[in-house]
Amino acid sequence: MPKGTDLLQLNKLACVKGERLLFSGLSCEIPSGSLVRVTGANGAGKTSLLRMIAGLSEPAAGEIVWKSQNTRLSRSEFLQDILYLGHASAIKDELLPAENLMANCTIQGEAFSAPEVHAVLEELGMGERLDVESLSLSAGQRRRIALARVWLTHRPLWLLDEPFNALDVKSVEQLCLQISYHVGEGGICLYTTHQPVDIVSNRQLTIPLDAFCQPAKAQSDPSVLNGLIL
Amino acid sequence: MSPAIQNQSSSFAMAIALLRRDLLLVYRRRSDSVTVLVFFSIVVSLFPLGVGADPTMLRLIGGGVVWVAALLSAMLSLPRLFSSDFADGTLEQLVLSPQPLALTVGIKCLAHWLATGIPLALMAPLLGLQFGLDSDALWVLSLGVLMGTPILSLIGAVGTALTLGLRGGNLLVALLVLPLNIPVLILGAGAVDAAQSGLGAGAHLSLLGALLIMTLIGAPFAAASALRISLD
Amino acid sequence: MQVNWFKYAAPANFFPLAGKIYPWFYVFAALLAVAGMYIGFFVAPTDFQQGEAYRIIFIHVPAAWMSMFLYLVMAFYASLGFIFNTRLSSMMARAIAPTGAMFTFLALWTGSMWGRPMWGAYWVWDARLTSELILFFLYIGFMALQAAIDDPRRGDKAGGVLALVGAINVPIIYFSVKWWNTLHQGSSINLTRAPSMASIMLWGMLLMALSFWMYSIAVILSRVQCVIAERERRAAWLQHIEPHTT
Repeated sequence: MPKGTDLLQLNKLACVKGERLLFSGLSCEIPSGSLVRVTGANGAGKTSLLRMIAGLSEPAAGEIVWKSQNTRLSRSEFLQDILYLGHASAIKDELLPAENLMANCTIQGEAFSAPEVHAVLEELGMGERLDVESLSLSAGQRRRIALARVWLTHRPLWLLDEPFNALDVKSVEQLCLQISYHVGEGGICLYTTHQPVDIVSNRQLTIPLDAFCQPAKAQSDPSVLNGLIL
Repeated sequence: MSPAIQNQSSSFAMAIALLRRDLLLVYRRRSDSVTVLVFFSIVVSLFPLGVGADPTMLRLIGGGVVWVAALLSAMLSLPRLFSSDFADGTLEQLVLSPQPLALTVGIKCLAHWLATGIPLALMAPLLGLQFGLDSDALWVLSLGVLMGTPILSLIGAVGTALTLGLRGGNLLVALLVLPLNIPVLILGAGAVDAAQSGLGAGAHLSLLGALLIMTLIGAPFAAASALRISLD
Repeated sequence: MQVNWFKYAAPANFFPLAGKIYPWFYVFAALLAVAGMYIGFFVAPTDFQQGEAYRIIFIHVPAAWMSMFLYLVMAFYASLGFIFNTRLSSMMARAIAPTGAMFTFLALWTGSMWGRPMWGAYWVWDARLTSELILFFLYIGFMALQAAIDDPRRGDKAGGVLALVGAINVPIIYFSVKWWNTLHQGSSINLTRAPSMASIMLWGMLLMALSFWMYSIAVILSRVQCVIAERERRAAWLQHIEPHTT
């Protein structure tokens, strides 16, 4: 899969949760090699935006274009290009760390051999815990298993929702390095975080969601709501 | 470090991997499956205690009683289908899998059926013996449960998918799914009756088979859209 | 005159229209009910077997018809809303469900009231009554699902899937219950095919069914107004309109 020529475009995205308009009119172009930090206050819609790009929820208005194709129309191709990691780690208590990681990769259509998976887990400091069921793991260790996919995958577009949560200092450094390696190679990474992290990258963008949120105006303006009426 | 060599696996390989994972989980949580079987036999055993132990009457109601109990047991095991995946975030990953979501749902239902339907079908004739069913009727009972439980899993998948994350979801599932399962009950229990009265259960079982095929075609798509709605 | 029907697909435009026309349907319903009742109570002859008690079919049968008809209409609207993402259709489905459930309950109630003098039992497992009972469960399930979901959009879509699955199942349930009934019950009990039903009785039932239909439209329109008002209470158009309509 050629990296370096991909382009992610967000066109006039709007997000409604319940009866609240979180943001609207969000447009931007994200070329390959970009590191994009999504910022905003709690409840501004950071998670909603990442879920929307991944296609887990539908935008109330607007479209998401990847490689000049609307992602809703070329869904299965798009899904082979993204790596989405949400708040929840998708780790099963009853499975061993390697089993968890391999299962999560395979359901996403990426198969890796056991040695590859073990090597990554050891790199992440999970070496001593490889033969215990995940039930006894701490939140940070579960997080590391989920994030291990970042070291294995070849997919160009990463959507990481709060990836640094619960990680120790060393793992945060490792993850930052891996992300800057990925964008250096021409990949794209969108992420959210509340903690200050330092990721090296030539092209750093920010999507400040607070700037796209005009609650008082939007909710009394009938044209916005009429856009939602079909 | 350099990423491992990528290997885009086919839909089939993904499906097999998912089935293996689900069966492995069932194996590691095998006490859950046993609980369902114990529940099944307790419910069946309650009926003679409630209506009396007259052998002729028991023989008359046996098929229906075992079927109602099987229906309730399958119902009881439905939360395992999606709710733990929903809680730990696996469901999001399943929805984001490049393979069609309806196929994913079908695989999960298959795993669910292997873990509950087949044990129920094996257990049903044993419980039927307690009601004095003859050997023909026992065979028909077991075969009927074997053919009916996939329908229960598939329709159950639609119900659980619709109610993911809702307050009182489990009770609501029963309310949504039980009325839709009535044809399975009628055909399954009817087959046992027909076998006992010497009419032959062929017609009932054929209709049950037709219902199974229809459900196999339609339910995975309904459940897939329900999952998308619930995750939105 | 050209009428742009699509204009009324937007809740903002449908709201005043619904408010204008629903009182008329109450009037039609009342007139038809008077005519139907008059035929039912005074014109239709006394049944030589069942006496006067049979006259409850003038309520029972139209109610049963309406309950099934409304389920199909509800499923139609709900699936329309689900497939084409039209909000008004989903709101209509939401508004139809309680009326449908009410008619189902009415059919069950009058059925059992009729059963008592006819067969000496309030409930018989007749195929029609049993299907009606299952239909009642389906209505309750639909309403319970929508009530349990807080987000109105998710509620609409989930209701759409459920109503679609239910509508596909209704004929299967109906025929399996009918089959079960013929196999299990020697004597067939039939509520509608009373011996030698006079055509005047049929007229009475038809008038009552029309009356119920008009009543359903009136109730559903006024209920859908409430649903729209609740959903769009933040929208500006409603704030302009509210003082005039309430």
